[in-house]
Amino acid sequence: MSHKIYHPIETAETSTLKALQFERLRWTVQQASQSTHYARRLAEFDLSPDSIRGIDDLSRLPFTEKQDLRDGYPYGFLAAPKDEIVRMHHSSGTTGMAIAVFHTARDVNRWADLVARCLHMIGMRKGDIFQNMMTYGLFTGGLGLHYGAERLGAFVIPSGAGNSRRQIQFMQTFETTAVHIIPSYALALRGTFEEMGIDPQTLSLRMAVGGAEPYSEGMRERLQESWGIPFYNCYGLSEMQGPGVAFECPEQQGLHLWEDAYLAEIIDPETGESLPDGEEGELVLTTLAREAMPLIRYRTRDLTSFVLGPCPCGRTHRRLSRIQGRADDMFIVRGVNIFPLQIERVLMAMPEVGHNYVIVIDREDYTDRLTIRVELNTEAFKGELSQLRALQERITKALREEILVRPHVELVEPGTIPRQEGKAVRVIDERD
Amino acid sequence: MIEQLAIFSENKPGKLERITGALSEAGINIRALHVASLGDMGVIKMIVDRPDEAFKALGAPAAIRKLPCVAVQVPDRPGALHQACTVLRRADINIEDASGFAVSGSEAILILEVSDVEAAEDALIQAGFKTLNEEDFGAAVG
Repeated sequence: MSHKIYHPIETAETSTLKALQFERLRWTVQQASQSTHYARRLAEFDLSPDSIRGIDDLSRLPFTEKQDLRDGYPYGFLAAPKDEIVRMHHSSGTTGMAIAVFHTARDVNRWADLVARCLHMIGMRKGDIFQNMMTYGLFTGGLGLHYGAERLGAFVIPSGAGNSRRQIQFMQTFETTAVHIIPSYALALRGTFEEMGIDPQTLSLRMAVGGAEPYSEGMRERLQESWGIPFYNCYGLSEMQGPGVAFECPEQQGLHLWEDAYLAEIIDPETGESLPDGEEGELVLTTLAREAMPLIRYRTRDLTSFVLGPCPCGRTHRRLSRIQGRADDMFIVRGVNIFPLQIERVLMAMPEVGHNYVIVIDREDYTDRLTIRVELNTEAFKGELSQLRALQERITKALREEILVRPHVELVEPGTIPRQEGKAVRVIDERD
Repeated sequence: MIEQLAIFSENKPGKLERITGALSEAGINIRALHVASLGDMGVIKMIVDRPDEAFKALGAPAAIRKLPCVAVQVPDRPGALHQACTVLRRADINIEDASGFAVSGSEAILILEVSDVEAAEDALIQAGFKTLNEEDFGAAVG
């Protein structure tokens, strides 16, 4: 087993993990109290680091909301001296919506270790050639995986996002064995492979990490089939560091959340009450080892559940089920809550449906109208209008059953929905 | 037997033009055209002089299929189509889609998508009809 794990903590006994979490939670509360935000909050609740006498005392601590981070912009959450900061990441939000996240040298170092652990878990080693097709810069996806892969000793190609032909040329020339890529872009890139007359299955590729956007299991199956390699899910958010908070092992049955670095709870988003393991709710995370910007009970707005039972891989860190969607991604049509992933799940289960779709919401006569534009799969087309009509009806019916709203389904020609080089734009809301 | 191209197209301004543009650029002659549409989608069916090249010219990522079909020459007079249909019904062959046009003062051509192309051709030939291959078709529509 030892050669299979990167760090002994991965298979530590639960009791060992819990003891470590308790020790680190106390440290985190102490560290957080250095920031103006938490100094004030802890005082309001009459709490101090000494109030933490056991791991269960976590529930006495207040939640931290995304809005708190915005309100505390830029330095309200900084818990380390400013001259200890070596890195900042920043959300794409505009003024009033922005979030800045700071890292000390030790934070960057620990982050690299965590990501190296993730990549090691899926079989990446020194000698692998890792093409990081993710945006570098303020977004954490690029630098986060970059540092982790370097830590592991892999040969890293920081190719960044976009420039599809050059990406493929790199894969060929440098015999890339692993890629980090946005799932929707990985599907779009199939078109470029075809244009260049290259079959990705003939390249040296062994594995892919799909990151930066939630995607359905059906989408993963399509990716794995068309690229001929496993795609592993990566979870992270910049508030917690970025990618590498949780990651899939080769079993592909949930993402191991690194419990030596994060304390996870799943709560009912309405009441804030903790939910029993296995029930779906909002993920709440507390950092356990971050110096510059420790966060306590941060509400991620991501919906997931713990996977019950031990993982066959032997790692003891609990697993999160596939992220069902970000609460922020949810939209409401005629009073019904809908997640884009629900729609994707239905579409990707139908072989006649191509790889791209877009959800458009507008209003007609003061009523919400939901239109799903779906690209037809070139190969499935039999040449008859009757087939298209039947398919349109079948998609409409399946979506109606899933989302409880009858959408207008438009079949569109393959390749006509614009491809993004970054995260896919899946929802266009044209209501005022 | 001849090959008909079926192309999936959204029912929007400029969509047919894009297809005819690509074919015109490739120097491909369209000999027969038939459009069926339903709401915002449609299928364009056409017979062209060089189907393989047309297939390439329209290219990925278009949804396009080559459909084998029967082209049968019938006299351009009342009852001729009925006769051909009777032959197919007797042979228990279903017509999935059909189009037709007169080519000269005395002749017409029917293009039939059927459940079994070979059986349909055999039945029609036995009944004295003339079925056309690509070359015949080209000559007939001149």
